[in-house]
Amino acid sequence: MIAYLGRRLIQSLLILLGVSLITFALLYLLPADPVRQIAGRSATPDTVENIRRQLGLDQPFIVQYWHYLTRLLSGDLGRSYIQRSEVTELIVSRLPASLLLMVGAILCELAIGLTMGLIAAVKRGTSTDQTLMVASFVGVSAPQFVVGLLLLYVFAVRLGWFPIGGYGSWRHLVLPSLTMGILGAGWYARMMRSSMIDVLRQDYMRTARAKGLARGAILFRHALPNAILPVVAMIGIDIGVFMGGIVVVESVFGWPGIGQLAWQAIQRVDIPIIMGVTLVSAFAIVLGNLLADIIAPFIDPRIKLR
Amino acid sequence: MRRFLASTVAASALALMLGMASAMADDAIDPNAKQGGAITITYKDDVATLDPAIGYDWQNWSMIKSLFDGLMDYEPGTTKLKPDLAESYEISPDGKTFTFKLRHGVKFHNGREMTANDVKYSLDRVTNPKTQSPGAGFFGSIKGYDEVAAGKANSLSGVTAVDPYTIKFELTRPDATFLHVMAINFSHVVPKEEVEKYGADFGKHPVGTGAFKLAEWTLGQRIVFERNPDYWHKGLPHLDKITFEIGQEPIVALLRLQKGEIDVPGDGIPPAKFQEVMNDPEQKARVVVGGQLHTGYITMNTTMPPFDNVKVRQAVNMAINKDRIVQMINNRAVPANQPLPPSMPGYDKAFKGYPYDVAKAKALLAEAGHPDGFETQLFAMNTDPNPRIAQAIQQDLAAIGIKASIQSLAQANVIAAGGDKSGAPMIWSGGMAWIADFPDPSNFYGPILGCAGAVPGGWNWAWYCNKDLDAKAAEADSVVDPAKSADREKMWSAIYDKIMEDAPWAPVFNEQRFTLKSARMGGADNLYVDPVHIPINYDNVYVKDVQ
Repeated sequence: MIAYLGRRLIQSLLILLGVSLITFALLYLLPADPVRQIAGRSATPDTVENIRRQLGLDQPFIVQYWHYLTRLLSGDLGRSYIQRSEVTELIVSRLPASLLLMVGAILCELAIGLTMGLIAAVKRGTSTDQTLMVASFVGVSAPQFVVGLLLLYVFAVRLGWFPIGGYGSWRHLVLPSLTMGILGAGWYARMMRSSMIDVLRQDYMRTARAKGLARGAILFRHALPNAILPVVAMIGIDIGVFMGGIVVVESVFGWPGIGQLAWQAIQRVDIPIIMGVTLVSAFAIVLGNLLADIIAPFIDPRIKLR
Repeated sequence: MRRFLASTVAASALALMLGMASAMADDAIDPNAKQGGAITITYKDDVATLDPAIGYDWQNWSMIKSLFDGLMDYEPGTTKLKPDLAESYEISPDGKTFTFKLRHGVKFHNGREMTANDVKYSLDRVTNPKTQSPGAGFFGSIKGYDEVAAGKANSLSGVTAVDPYTIKFELTRPDATFLHVMAINFSHVVPKEEVEKYGADFGKHPVGTGAFKLAEWTLGQRIVFERNPDYWHKGLPHLDKITFEIGQEPIVALLRLQKGEIDVPGDGIPPAKFQEVMNDPEQKARVVVGGQLHTGYITMNTTMPPFDNVKVRQAVNMAINKDRIVQMINNRAVPANQPLPPSMPGYDKAFKGYPYDVAKAKALLAEAGHPDGFETQLFAMNTDPNPRIAQAIQQDLAAIGIKASIQSLAQANVIAAGGDKSGAPMIWSGGMAWIADFPDPSNFYGPILGCAGAVPGGWNWAWYCNKDLDAKAAEADSVVDPAKSADREKMWSAIYDKIMEDAPWAPVFNEQRFTLKSARMGGADNLYVDPVHIPINYDNVYVKDVQ
């Protein structure tokens, strides 16, 4: 177990190093000059070169990367080119909002997905099953900005149940969580359905039925706990999907998280922020996968860490 | 890209009296204005900074103006210059020395009185390369600028605090635009002790002399301004509080306005909803329309064949159906025939420009040796409506045989291609087009059509460099005598007419502004399309539902 953890930790660090190198290289190769953006239109060539020198952007790639890396190791993500604030401060101020949205989204996708999957499995082959599976397919395929705007229009503008975007109360959280959750719910519905069907086919289920147990008891006491395990173990992996989703969803709902920060930074070639958000996201994904792997054998003893 | 100071009715610096200009009577305050109340403005993007030396995008430009003041300002809703922190000023007969008398008793938000030393400090700071100000270049005519810019001096030798209420500027050349420069945000006055206290974070903790002070800044969510009770301009501002909500998509902002939750969507009416809003009489009544000092144009790289041939460039000018493009963007603009927008001094009303004439365009191409046209590339920014406009241009060019492939890229990449001499044969400027920093014809020349801008990384994407015109431009800008201001405008008109003869650009349209407001907002219409305050003039508007 400890050897496994050590190996995974080293792997994770290598992945993060790789992500930082690739992102840094891509941003370096970008045919856009951040110094020009900072210096503005009225700057003389001297001013531009001065700023370039101050930011160390006149150095060769490998030197720039090395400087970034050494600063990174001391926890310094640099200062935003456009906002001139510490990137760490910008990310930290927005991280709680993104985490809250992620928790909301996980709750939504589990609640919707597992329920749908369970019903579909039990009603296997009926029109209910087919309807649910089509719905899950639509949920997986629908672009999130369309789902988001649709939910906003129906539940906030027409019905007035929820605020139109923004941040602050649990009511603000519902629609963006639902938008993110619907995508995952589609996947979970499908996984839950097949997992449940698998379980229902098992011999011990037949035994339970033969013993004359009530249908509800069979489903909820015997089948569900077994079927749900492999599904729940996927949550850690979801974090990667969410990291992509928050960029879109946070923009639609005006949710002040790191996705919105990243989107604005990309549009303005604010390299320190793009780097910072990418690294934080990569870290979250790596951590999520690691946790998923560690937790899996505890909730499903059939899985062993090697 | 940053959007800049725009303007409608232009008044040149020279319209003001040479010699002693006495303090004007305080601008008449709207007698109907009500005192108190709060409004909410929304923005999609984060506000980058509220540091006047650094902020250069269109949402923080107007916010900074409400927190800080400069020596000069404009009458609300117009481009008419007036002294602001200055009480009066004097220009020497040679046009090279400007002396400003400061108002007494003006206080920073921290309670300290503002003096001439603060003005000097603020200008030394903005020109210091360490500040990395995008506006440093505006102060190039001040004596000692080059030394400071090169890092050889910490202080501008041409700026002297004569006494606590007198500041003197010595210039290296007569500069007809200098009073405008004293009105742009980059010259706004900051207190040294607060800048030193916060360092690079001053932009998040702004302290000025303005009508409002910063009450709250929750990163990525909300900025709150509250009334400065000690504002030197008695009777202003009218509002007690302004809340800026950040991160709101324009379409969501519009929905919220319709529900009465906000007062002004800072990013304007989303293009997709424009027709719907304008077709609804109730909403249309709340839209204020105004001009902008903006021109959208196609640049042709004059150093790249076949655009090095003037006939080819003229042919392109005749091939573009500007009316159709204006229609495509729901008539949110007017067709353009010259670089200057109609409301800019120096705009040549008599100039007709190139007609839309496909046959003549084809003939010109044939004369230039391309009877069957040629293949080229048209760069454009990838956000709506620019790809659509680029396609319309592509079709117009195809009609005369020019096959242009569209390179639809992110803004920074288009700007980079334009600044590379062999980067882009043609660029549609939409989304990056020139909006004047101040209402003077010279501001449309230097960086985008003059030789100084035709350098790697510059903004003269046509790489047009006419040394003769550069000399004429310098000559025009040295005319500081107000009696000759009409002559100066004529000199500029002639420069732009000559440019159109050489046709490095095909001007396409001048954008109009459309500000949508809630029914409770009060104040003259021109405050809502104020040329220097986008979207609105925060200091002078008021709400009708308070007493």
